[in-house]
Amino acid sequence: MKMKKTHIIGIVVIAIAVFIVISTAGDASSYVSFKVAKEMASNGKDKKIHVVGQLPKDENGEIAGIEPSEDKLSFSFIMVDNNNEKQKVYYNEPMPPDFTKSEQVVVIGSYKNDQFLADEILLKCPSKYQETTINVSEKID
Amino acid sequence: MTMIHEAVGNFGHLLVVISFVFSLFAAFSYMKASTTSDKLNEKGWLTNGRFIFYAHSLAVVGVVITLFVIIYSNYFEYHYAWSHASKNLPFYYKLSCFWEGQEGSFLLWIFWNCILGIIIMNTSKKWEGPVMTVFALVQAFLTSMILGSVFSSVKLGSSPFLLLRDVMTDAPIFEMNPDFIPEDGTGLNPLLQNYWMVIHPPTLFLGYATTLIPFAFLMAGLWTKKYSEWIKPALPWTIFSVAILGIGQLMGAYWAYETLSFGGYWNWDPVENAVYVPWIIEVAALHGMIIFKNNNTSLKLSMVLTVATFILILYATFLTRSGVLSETSVHSFTDLGLYGQLLIYMFAFLAISAIILAIRWKDIPSSEKEISTYSREFWIVLGTITLCLMGFQVLYATSIPVYNHIVAFFGGTSNIAPPADQVTYYSNIQIWFAVLLALLSGTGLLFYWKKMDKNSIIDALTIPFIIALVVAGIIIVAVKVSDFSFIVLITASVYSIAANGKILMNLLKKKPSLSGGAIAHIGVAFMLIGILFSSGYSKVISLNNSGLLYSSSFSDEMNRENVLLFLNEPREMNEYELTYRGKRKEVKNVPFYVPDYTLAQTMKEDYLAIARKDIKRGDKVYYKAGDTVQYYPENTYYEIEYKEDGKNVFTLYPRAQVNPSMGLTVSPDIKRSLTRDLYTHISTIPDPEKEKDWSDPEIQKVRVGERFFVNDYVAELKGVQRVDGIPSIKLGPSDVAVKAIVEIFGKQENEQLEPVFVVKDNMVGNIPDESEAFGAKINFVNVIPDENSFEFSIQTKQKDYIIMKAIEKPFINILWVGTFILMIGFGVATTRRFKDFIHSRS
Repeated sequence: MKMKKTHIIGIVVIAIAVFIVISTAGDASSYVSFKVAKEMASNGKDKKIHVVGQLPKDENGEIAGIEPSEDKLSFSFIMVDNNNEKQKVYYNEPMPPDFTKSEQVVVIGSYKNDQFLADEILLKCPSKYQETTINVSEKID
Repeated sequence: MTMIHEAVGNFGHLLVVISFVFSLFAAFSYMKASTTSDKLNEKGWLTNGRFIFYAHSLAVVGVVITLFVIIYSNYFEYHYAWSHASKNLPFYYKLSCFWEGQEGSFLLWIFWNCILGIIIMNTSKKWEGPVMTVFALVQAFLTSMILGSVFSSVKLGSSPFLLLRDVMTDAPIFEMNPDFIPEDGTGLNPLLQNYWMVIHPPTLFLGYATTLIPFAFLMAGLWTKKYSEWIKPALPWTIFSVAILGIGQLMGAYWAYETLSFGGYWNWDPVENAVYVPWIIEVAALHGMIIFKNNNTSLKLSMVLTVATFILILYATFLTRSGVLSETSVHSFTDLGLYGQLLIYMFAFLAISAIILAIRWKDIPSSEKEISTYSREFWIVLGTITLCLMGFQVLYATSIPVYNHIVAFFGGTSNIAPPADQVTYYSNIQIWFAVLLALLSGTGLLFYWKKMDKNSIIDALTIPFIIALVVAGIIIVAVKVSDFSFIVLITASVYSIAANGKILMNLLKKKPSLSGGAIAHIGVAFMLIGILFSSGYSKVISLNNSGLLYSSSFSDEMNRENVLLFLNEPREMNEYELTYRGKRKEVKNVPFYVPDYTLAQTMKEDYLAIARKDIKRGDKVYYKAGDTVQYYPENTYYEIEYKEDGKNVFTLYPRAQVNPSMGLTVSPDIKRSLTRDLYTHISTIPDPEKEKDWSDPEIQKVRVGERFFVNDYVAELKGVQRVDGIPSIKLGPSDVAVKAIVEIFGKQENEQLEPVFVVKDNMVGNIPDESEAFGAKINFVNVIPDENSFEFSIQTKQKDYIIMKAIEKPFINILWVGTFILMIGFGVATTRRFKDFIHSRS
């Protein structure tokens, strides 16, 4: 029996859709802690993962542990993930201007030789778009 | 003491409630009109519905005006004005403030629906009743989003008319003084202070609004069992909608290219994807309708795609406004607590349309005949399917955060994240679909005018195919394209241009009004080529292989993508020599950027400064030293001089904006030329707060006319003069003040510093002078009459520097040219289909 053209097209479409779903599953990253990320790296998985965390502050309320490289073209910083694990993160770009103002940081990258190397940093600065404090000290003339 | 303007907000809120109630009444009246069998009754209900919809629209216009008045009049007691606007904004940016917030953008959408509803009401004749029922129902859902009413602990919508004190209930100031009104608002996000942000949101929301029209006609058709007639009025509106939604997205892309510093116009960000998907599906729906108009097949396909377009617009609204994406997008979202309401809105319309479709499914005529491979419909169907698959990939991956939420809703945990490299993930698959589209759009239209068989098809395809191979071959060799997928895409795109060009030639001779499709397809093919080159061959030219290691723990060398430029120190970067020339400011009524050290900020108003020197170019003096000028203190432009191959000098001014509440944001400057754009943005600047670290003072003894070094620059003591008065110090008869005139020689510009030495009441005092540009502060500390010399204490600081990135985007103009061609195509096609519709009506 000859197959109808519509059936052939249908099968091809389903095949492509399945391919998309499978390849997306393969490419999808995951949100993990530094601990899990380290385990993944030591198991030979070099997949890029997302880690969500905060930047620790010292007693003066300043963000501690930011070190620019000698040529100022890259920098490293300390990040604390949601399980309270500290990790030094390297980033091959100069420090983003509003980095120190961010309340939450998402780093996308992976471990290399026991160091975390970020390919991308997403900053969340809620204050930037939703003001939470009123500045009362307005100028009076 | 200014009073809180409570009346205007109450009035605005009242109008919102009125518009909501009227939209429900209008929906009811129109529904009655559509269901009654009595002709007279029907007329009565129609008049009723029409009247109420007008009243609803009037109320909406009133809401828009009221909110704009609040923003325009600087009523900062209102949360919306306070958080989105500020005093020192020109009129057109106050418009942007209006739609910066979610409530304002909902209003924009509602407003467009009113305009479109009124047009449809007056043009659709027998369709009016059922179509307007759907319109009014959608309006009810949308106005409920800004209702801001609380019904027994259920909050319905978020009102733009809330007072600041009612939103910020925790702020201590309101406990002390409930009538406190902030002096100024927190301002418009600097990135949105761009002309594209004045026109992009209205265009995009007009696009959103227009997707309702085909959907409403379809629902009306299913309801009244006019299963195929709805396509005629819906088709021109669908083309219009595709065009507007497309323009809206491209404006956003262009804005991103000009304003954001991620280095491109499209980033496959969830916010972009959320609109891309319904747009692609709407293009598919449009093609489904065209097939049906020609041979009565694909009716069900068109219906499903039309419903999908509208539901996907609602899904996009849900994605971007519910906070679901907040962890995965670089865009920031404000969660107004509309999560549930947005979901209900989407599922309500999904359910309504699914149920109506299901009930009528068996009745919908469908053609059982097999589409011939040699008919153009066959190729358009393949194109439609390709578009759907393109949309599917983007939809599937963009929804990843939603899957996590669903799993969490059922008590599980899921931690899937979107692909780490989104651009590669999407591009690698979309490029092959784009190849298919280019091939199909070229081939499909060749079948336009005559029935083809095996022989005539080969005749028709031969010429475009040969042209494609030759031209693509030349391009590939000339530009040295080596990537396989790029080679295929270029060939397919050139083929599409050649095939559609051939059709266009024929059509222009016979029936130019029918050429919309061919023109649009040529535009798309040009866009594909432009996208391929500008993105695929985008090159970081500030790349340097310095061989530096990240740290000793990494073995791989990392290429630095940025360069560090110290003030006035030239550096090589590929074929360019770059020099950072200093910070510049924009002064009102001055057609060029003014060095930042020539302006001294006044204490009174942020945006006023006093010129420390004449502001002039050539002989024309714009302001004299001592004049008060208006300027934009937030914006700093960094003058970077490019010297290409030792000649050809040009200057770029990338911008950084410092705003106390928003931190620092940077925007690129672009050197445009025919074959490529050179895109430059600041990556970072020294921290303005740490910049003032002066070195320990160093004493130098100098005579008049003698030269000495100041921060590695040559300086000369030009002279010492007695001064009669100093603004801040009152001199008595026995007091003396002298100033030294020190000229520092820069590579481009010299600067004079005038430190002052004062003896007042037998006490010695000094007033130092400093140069921002040279990083030096000179203090006049002593006069030694015996030696005829003078002592200066000199302090220096680190020279000003910037770190910047430069990217080359080849042939990006092909993309913009393609965009224009596409829009012309849409214009021609829309005109033709509207004429068809009007013709069929009369």
